Amino acid sequence: MGTEVEKIVLAGTDDRDLTKLAEYEAVGGYKALPKARAMTPQEVTEELITSELRGRGGAFFPTGRKWSFVPSKEQIPKPHYLVVNADESEPGSFKDNEIISRVPHRFIEGCLITAHAIDSKHVFVYIRGEYSGPYEILVNALEELKDRPEIRGDVTIVVHRGAGAYICGEETALLESLEGKRGQPRSKPPFPAISGLYASPTVVNNVETITTVPPIIAMGGAEYAKLGVPNTRGTRVVSLSGNVVNGGNYEIAPGMTVRAIIDELGGGIPDGRELKAVVPGGSSTVILTKDEIDVGYDFDSLGQLKTAMGSAGIVVLDDRCCIVQLGIRFSEFYEHESCGKCTPCREGTRWLTAILRKLEDGRATQADLDLLLDVCDRINGKCLCPLGDSDAIIIASYVAKFRDEFIAHIEEGGCPFGGESSLDHVLAPIAMHTHSPVAEVPA
Amino acid sequence: MSLYDAIQEVRAIYPEDSESAVLPALRLAQGEYGWLSPDALREVADALETTPAYCKSVASFYDQFHLAPIGEHLVEVCTNVSCAVVGAQRVVEAFEGELGCHAGETSADGKVTLRTVECLGGCGWATIVAVDHHYRTHVKADDVPAIVQELQGVVETHGD
Repeated sequence: MGTEVEKIVLAGTDDRDLTKLAEYEAVGGYKALPKARAMTPQEVTEELITSELRGRGGAFFPTGRKWSFVPSKEQIPKPHYLVVNADESEPGSFKDNEIISRVPHRFIEGCLITAHAIDSKHVFVYIRGEYSGPYEILVNALEELKDRPEIRGDVTIVVHRGAGAYICGEETALLESLEGKRGQPRSKPPFPAISGLYASPTVVNNVETITTVPPIIAMGGAEYAKLGVPNTRGTRVVSLSGNVVNGGNYEIAPGMTVRAIIDELGGGIPDGRELKAVVPGGSSTVILTKDEIDVGYDFDSLGQLKTAMGSAGIVVLDDRCCIVQLGIRFSEFYEHESCGKCTPCREGTRWLTAILRKLEDGRATQADLDLLLDVCDRINGKCLCPLGDSDAIIIASYVAKFRDEFIAHIEEGGCPFGGESSLDHVLAPIAMHTHSPVAEVPA
Repeated sequence: MSLYDAIQEVRAIYPEDSESAVLPALRLAQGEYGWLSPDALREVADALETTPAYCKSVASFYDQFHLAPIGEHLVEVCTNVSCAVVGAQRVVEAFEGELGCHAGETSADGKVTLRTVECLGGCGWATIVAVDHHYRTHVKADDVPAIVQELQGVVETHGD
C-alpha cells in the first residue's frame, strides 16, 4: 500500500511465503541468530538498549532494559524463562495474529536470540486459545526446525494454548494461567524478572517485540534507532478496523498521522459517511475526536493528547456511532473479562455498564452522569492490574469529549439516534448469559 | 492413544512439580468428549493427580471450556466494537433465524450451538465468525444460510 514504510517486522511478505523455512532463509532468515550467539548475552542486551526498542504489547517498556533486570544465575540459582505473550485479545488489535501467521520463522528466530540474551533454555509461547490458525502455522514452523539442531541449539520452545480469557494478556495473569491456574493477576513486586514463571527469573515479551529482535541484530541497534521519531523508534505494525474501507494490518513509520493512516492506508470512510471518532490503540485507550486525528502515531504525540498507541489497534467510528452505546459495549467487555480478584474492578465495571444502560434507555438524570464519573474515580488506580482502570479511563474520556451527547440522552429521555446507531442492540456475551443478569441501578 | 496417555505425554513437557498441564489436559478431554462433564473432569484430575474440584475451578475461568454439553458444531460470532459497527448483530440475527434458536443456545436438532463472543482478534476482517474454532472473515448476514447448510450437512463439503 502506498505509504507503508520499508517493512522490518513483516519484511519479505509481499513476494514470498515466509511461513516456509526455505523461503525465510532465502531472504537472510536465521542469519541474525549466529551473529547474536557469537556475542555475549550482555552484548545482545546492550544492542537492544541502543536500538531504543520499546515493548509492543501496550506498556511500551524499553525491551533491552527489561532484559537487563534478569539477575545472574549466581545471584538467583534458578532456570531463566522467556515467556512470549501471544494472548492478543485487546479489542481492535490483531497484529500479532498476522505476524505469527506471516513470519513465524522470524518470530522463532527472535525467541532464540532473546533466550540467548537472558541466558534461558526454556521458551514458552502463550498463544490465545482462539488462534487455531496461527497456532497451527507456528507449530508447523517449529516442526520444520526438527532437523536443524544448529538453529534450535539447546533451547526448547513450548507453544502453550490459552482457553479464552482477556485478562491472561496481563503478564502476571498469563504466568498464573501458564502454571495451570485461574488467570488472576499477581501482586507486584516481585516483578517477573526476579520471580516470574515457577518463581524463577522470567522475561515476558510481546510477539511483535520478539519479531523485531532479529532485524535489530542484523542491522545493528544504532541503525534501528535512526528510524522513527524520538521515543518511538523503528516501525510499528498497526491494526486498522471499524468504519474504514481497507481494514487490515499495516507496518508504518512512527509519527505518520492518524488521518493519513485512515485515509491513505485505509482508503477512508466507506458509504459516504463522516468520521466521528477514533480509538487509537485498542479499546483501553482514550478516544480521539475527529478534530484530533492530525496527531502523529507515536508515543510522545499521542501522550500529549493523554492517550496512547497501546497495542496499536486503531478503531475508526463513523457518525452513526452512539458514544453511550460505545461505552456500553466496551464496558460490557471489561465486566465480562474482569477476573473478580479486586473489588473496585469486579463491582465497578458492572456499575459502569448499568449506569450507561440507564442513560441509553432514557431513565437517567444528571445525578447518574455524576455517579458514572464517581465510579470511574473509584476504580482507577485501585486494583492490581489495569483492566478496571481501562474501563474507567475510556468512559471518563467519552464523557469529557462527548458530554453533549450524554446530556442529550438525559434531556431527550433516550438515545438521540432513535435506533439508527451502528451499535444498536448489539448482543454482548455478558448479556447473553442469562445466569448473570446486568445489575440494575436503583431509581 | 488413551486420554490418560495423551495427558501424561503433555504433562512431561512441563516441570514435574507444576500444574501447567491442566489447561492442555482439559483441552484434550474436551476434544475427546465434546464438553467437560463431571466424569471428564474426574478423568483429568486422576491423570494429573489433582482433584476434580480444582480442574473445574480452572475450567470455569475460561470461555473456551464447556461445562455443559454443546452441539456437534460451534458457531461463535464476535460482537465487539470493530465487528459490531460493520454489522455483526445482523449476522447474529441471521444465524438465530436459520437455526431457530437464540445466541447462547443449541438448535433443536442438536447440530449447532450459537453464541456471541468477545474480540476474536481479526478486527480488520470483520465480521469474524469462528466455525468450529476456525475463522471465517468478512462474514455478512447474506453468507449465513450457506454456512448453516454446510453445518447441517445439507452441503457435502468433505466428500465423505
